[in-house]
Amino acid sequence: MSTRILIVAEHDGTRLNPSTAKCVACARTIADADITVAVCAANAESVATQAAQLQGVARVLKVENAANEHPLAAVLAPQIVAVARGGYSLVLGPSTTFGKDLMPRVAALLDTVQVSDIMAAESATRFRRPIYAGNAIVTVEVEPGAQVVGTVRIASFEAAPAASSAAPIQSAQAQADIPTHTRFVSVSAARSDRPDLQTAARVISGGRALASAEGFQILYKLADKLGAAVGASRAAVDAGYAPNELQVGQTGKIIAPELYVAIGISGAIQHLTGIKDARTIVAINKDAEAPIFEVADIGLVGDLFQIIPEIEKLIGK
Amino acid sequence: MKRILVGIKRVVDYNVRIRVKPDGSGVVTDGVKMSINPFDEIALEEALRIKERGGAEEVIVATVGPADTQPQLRNALAMGADRALLVQADGVIEPAVAARALLKLAEREQPSLVILGKQAIDDDNSQTGQMLAALWGRPQATFASKVELADGKARVTREVDAGLETLEVDLPAVITTDLRLNEPRYVKLPEIMKAKKKPLETLTLASLGVEARQRLKAVRFEPPPQRQKGIKVKDAAELIELLKKKGVLA
Repeated sequence: MSTRILIVAEHDGTRLNPSTAKCVACARTIADADITVAVCAANAESVATQAAQLQGVARVLKVENAANEHPLAAVLAPQIVAVARGGYSLVLGPSTTFGKDLMPRVAALLDTVQVSDIMAAESATRFRRPIYAGNAIVTVEVEPGAQVVGTVRIASFEAAPAASSAAPIQSAQAQADIPTHTRFVSVSAARSDRPDLQTAARVISGGRALASAEGFQILYKLADKLGAAVGASRAAVDAGYAPNELQVGQTGKIIAPELYVAIGISGAIQHLTGIKDARTIVAINKDAEAPIFEVADIGLVGDLFQIIPEIEKLIGK
Repeated sequence: MKRILVGIKRVVDYNVRIRVKPDGSGVVTDGVKMSINPFDEIALEEALRIKERGGAEEVIVATVGPADTQPQLRNALAMGADRALLVQADGVIEPAVAARALLKLAEREQPSLVILGKQAIDDDNSQTGQMLAALWGRPQATFASKVELADGKARVTREVDAGLETLEVDLPAVITTDLRLNEPRYVKLPEIMKAKKKPLETLTLASLGVEARQRLKAVRFEPPPQRQKGIKVKDAAELIELLKKKGVLA
């Protein structure tokens, strides 16, 4: 018997967020998964077409409503609940701010349990997840047959690849009372040409030692040369050197790049939890005793303002 | 009366290095320092500031947890909360249970706002606030970094992956707090003395009519895989050479 899994797609109205391919990858690890992706949007066609290309997806449901223009949890939740009642044993969303906001609202309305930050699905009812900022891993289990809502820790999965043929796209009727008590006002979309921090293969991150917003600029130069995304420690964001969306760590973004370069970051536990899955960690810090060196594959003790220009010169261009 | 209800959780202090018990049955919490979840402290601070600006007349702090949570509630009273509610419950309290208990308190106290931390730093679930909002049928504004109240509405700036998002929600609403919303105040000694006289009411899940369901069973706890200790290089040239050798840089 197959396990019916519903995945709530994350998107910006035109593009499917890579977090969705990670959720599909998580779902595919479950035996006999029958995967449906739901795209809630004002006009879902373009995003649905992208979701249909992911390997493992059996069908894509368009959940269209003018109210879905912005991803408001209070608006989307009742519609997802209406779809999820159609016999899905597992309802997944990404553990991004989108999914973290939305999925508990869905779980409460469905009266199901939620498993947050799934890093491995041993079955449709047994999962592994980090707790205490990743300092412990717990295996949790629900009763067989129980419906589960989950968020997927996207750093734990390789994105599902493209399929050889596209899955069918259908329109779903989601009968729901959509509240008007929550209204979108604005989003400060700091769009840049740089790779997305959450999915970049290389990330250059800066900490308090950059000393100013101007100091932080040298990271952008280096990142551009390496084709890397830029991240920041909480201390750097709190000090106003970098915007909040760059924060990496327990309460910021959890990332798993091929290369992570921590520059002037001491390495608080809360930061380390966000980078533990990086393939190679490089740390540059003037304090040889900084905890970041305990997790770094390669450490370099010294003045970052001297070292970064040297690195730039060495990698050329 | 305009009230704000603040939900807090007692957690292992964030400076404590967590150790998993050798038999995998849990993490070591015996004799470990316990504190108010840092995000909940921010929630309380925000409520107090709203009251100080005249946006509320009373701040109630509530928790669902063991009787041992009294010191954290007293601490919250010392910060400036007017009264405290302890919903006494032992063992594992799942977010859905905490949310249902808070819902009962919200129905009883009729707050215009419920503020909680965006997640507890022990379970890292980030569920309770959203679940409360859903069960209450009210708006939620999660991961708040700025809150402005006017005319029965809240304008909330949220820290989202794309940057900052602003929502407008009708009150009553549930807000969960992110790190940069404020910096909680330090408690002064006279306030600690005063807090001892403030009302602290003890309730139970049963008296609120909430079932202590546990639907998620923790089977095993393990320490995370450790990264192998790396090496130190002497300069930038050696660093680049090594990265090239590892195939990380072309």
